[in-house]
Amino acid sequence: MIRIVLEPRPAPLPFMWIGAPLIALALTVIFSSILFLALGLNPLTTLRIFFIDPLSTLNGISEWLLKASPLILIGLGIAVGIRANVWNIGAEGMFTMGAILAGWLAITFGAGNYPWLLPAMIVAGAVGGMAWAAIPAFLKVKANANEILVTLMLNYVASLILSYLVNGPMQDPQGMNYPQTAPFEPSALFPPLFEGMRINASILITVVAVVLAWLFLDRSFVGFQMSVGGAAPAAARYAGFKQSRSIWIGLLVSGATAGLAGMMEAAGPLGQLTPVLSPGYGFTAIIVAFVGRLTPLGVVFGGLLLSLLYLGGEAVQMSLSLPASLTRTFQGMLLFFLLAADVLILYRVRIRRRA
Amino acid sequence: MGVTEPAHRLELRGITKRYPGITANDGISLAVGPGEIHAVLGENGAGKSTLMKIIYGAVEADAGEILWNGAPVTIGNPAVARRLGIGMVYQHFSLFESVTVVENIAVATAGKLDLPMLSARVRELSQRYGLPVDPNRLLHHLSVGERQRVEIIRCLLQDPKLLILDEPTSVLTPQAVRRLFEVLRTLAAEGCSILYISHKLDEIQELCDSATILRLGRVVGTASPKQSSAAELARLMVGSALPHIHREPVATTREPRLEAIGLSAKSEDPFGTDLVNVSLAVHGGEIFGIAGVSGNGQGELLSLLSGERTAQADMVQLDGKPVGDRAVSARRTQGLAFVPEERLGRGAVPAMSLADNALLTAHADGMVRRGLIDRRKVAGFAEAVIGKFGVKCTGPASTARSLSGGNLQKFIIGREISLKPHVLIVSQPTWGVDVAASAFIRQALIDLSRQGAAVLVISEELEELFQICDRIAVIYQGRLSPAKPRAATNVEEVGLLMAGVGPAFRPAA
Repeated sequence: MIRIVLEPRPAPLPFMWIGAPLIALALTVIFSSILFLALGLNPLTTLRIFFIDPLSTLNGISEWLLKASPLILIGLGIAVGIRANVWNIGAEGMFTMGAILAGWLAITFGAGNYPWLLPAMIVAGAVGGMAWAAIPAFLKVKANANEILVTLMLNYVASLILSYLVNGPMQDPQGMNYPQTAPFEPSALFPPLFEGMRINASILITVVAVVLAWLFLDRSFVGFQMSVGGAAPAAARYAGFKQSRSIWIGLLVSGATAGLAGMMEAAGPLGQLTPVLSPGYGFTAIIVAFVGRLTPLGVVFGGLLLSLLYLGGEAVQMSLSLPASLTRTFQGMLLFFLLAADVLILYRVRIRRRA
Repeated sequence: MGVTEPAHRLELRGITKRYPGITANDGISLAVGPGEIHAVLGENGAGKSTLMKIIYGAVEADAGEILWNGAPVTIGNPAVARRLGIGMVYQHFSLFESVTVVENIAVATAGKLDLPMLSARVRELSQRYGLPVDPNRLLHHLSVGERQRVEIIRCLLQDPKLLILDEPTSVLTPQAVRRLFEVLRTLAAEGCSILYISHKLDEIQELCDSATILRLGRVVGTASPKQSSAAELARLMVGSALPHIHREPVATTREPRLEAIGLSAKSEDPFGTDLVNVSLAVHGGEIFGIAGVSGNGQGELLSLLSGERTAQADMVQLDGKPVGDRAVSARRTQGLAFVPEERLGRGAVPAMSLADNALLTAHADGMVRRGLIDRRKVAGFAEAVIGKFGVKCTGPASTARSLSGGNLQKFIIGREISLKPHVLIVSQPTWGVDVAASAFIRQALIDLSRQGAAVLVISEELEELFQICDRIAVIYQGRLSPAKPRAATNVEEVGLLMAGVGPAFRPAA
């Protein structure tokens, strides 16, 4: 009988922290090629349309960054949360609540052309996401409720609230009864960075967030305390760090970033609120956080990669009329192979013969 | 019984087991005859436990041969071992708290479930071997010694030909150790072979017929313990002469630096022990020891003294100031330092570097400015601890989990001592630590106390307490006996107190 066993390595392979995502990407490319072959497509052409063509124009790069920005922003928050051992699966709902609160400001005060409106919307976006994140944080601290379940279920609540609002109180009176708000006034929109492209000033928020996240996780004592609370709760108690604070920080930070991303989407490419605001950014950002090894710089790369997968997915939909679910398949494969490669960092495979 | 008995009940030939980065067993050979009590002697990390797990089928050897009654066997899992007639009493019991003794035994017994019959057999065995246990009592009512009897009876029910005991006395009072030895001698006289694993030389000299000594995974010698001196055995086991510990005379402060006054608290654990009216006073310059079998309220007392749990303000005092209601950080600011029993996960974060683990409790030492960590200072502190306390590692960037138990303990104790505490509380300072590191740690504790700090040591090892402490008290079922100077008490008396015999433990009317 042959048995395959996993043995823990004495020390994790150091270079594999960078190697694992690359191996995962390579395996994803290999297996997707098999998939394309099975669909009767030339894998090389398809991969070119998927990964290279979207970035061959300036406008393509603008679209790439426009999609990467919310992914990176949300991914940073999720990475902070996971460092605190808080698994936020509810970034989608926090994204929505941030967009709703900011959108309400935009509709209520948009006509006044106030210079403070956009900054106020930025604050409102973060506050909306944090308020939504405060619910699972409170329930976890007070009642030890599992944050994975609570955040997941709150996604549906948020999406129904949005649906109610765009069909009711916030519906555009001149909108021919379409379920959407009135288009935001220019004072409620991010100015474009370059003429004729959709990339706008909101990307600066993401850049600042990357720096802040690095400072927080790598240099700040509060970030350290939070990581201790996530990695070893008994050690945190021993050192006198408050466990509940780790949970609050982990969830509020991820709520703020997701809410901001929602606001950026509403006050950017969308320009209004519609029943569906996000193409799954809140979930994809979980993959971004893991591909990025929960480090701010890694999350930037993860966000750029996953954003490219979105664009490539759209491109093959249009030019090869492949189904939209292909993007999801790609994401799934990438995460699957990444987690598998991670196992190899910590363990090694041994094959044993047994009599 | 026409078959002639082979010379050896169990024989091991060249047993080798490699783990990543370490060879736990390297070509180990040993033989145990019928009715022989054979010691496997070695320090923590010498490979004793791995070897026993191989014999019991819980771990698979990479190479080597096991002969049972002269015939080669493959012991793929513990069920096979039990069928051959091998029984094992682990160091950490595998019993269920919330059910009765006989139900615990039934779980591990093959065949039809017949509780009344099993109870009768348990009673019979417990009488025959002098292992008093009531089969119908709930397990969480039993003392540690009684639990061990349950484990042993569970093995005896299988009618074993070889019984393995892994450090069986670490949880027993001296008196209970003596009773256990009688049981083992009776069993051996009936022809049952016994493999006795320990690092305690006096026990092995008293009990065992022969000994195999392991060091770093290899057999370094065999001996007949009754003919060898303790010093010879120790030299074989450690590889060098035992280090000597200096103890200068005490000059204590007049006022106690750490005081508990009438400390009572319910345990947070449903099977834990409530503290009842515990009072103690530790003066600067002395080491105060608390003996006791584990699970008698040590954990509760420690968390109340450290601040991980709080009580009424005046129940705990540091340098005369009430701190009973203050949290950990407030007590640390007042000069308290603490080394918990669990190193990985409480005293240190396993996945973090030694530098980060220095930051864990030393952060007040100027390592954080305006909320930001001064990485250079942190690394410098960690490096100083590593150098001063001889921690073997690759540097401050090594993760805590990559260190051996003894080295990590040296780091944690070094970290706490480097904070120049007024009061240091240490739980199980040398549990699982090799002899050389133990001596170093004990010396460091003595030196700290002689510099004027109050040191409180909680330990299950009487030998250790008598070696380093100036006064000793005993905790039993959440009550603390009055402390006695070391010279005014002895192992015998402390042992009786550990078993709850003494006026201090009579429940108040």
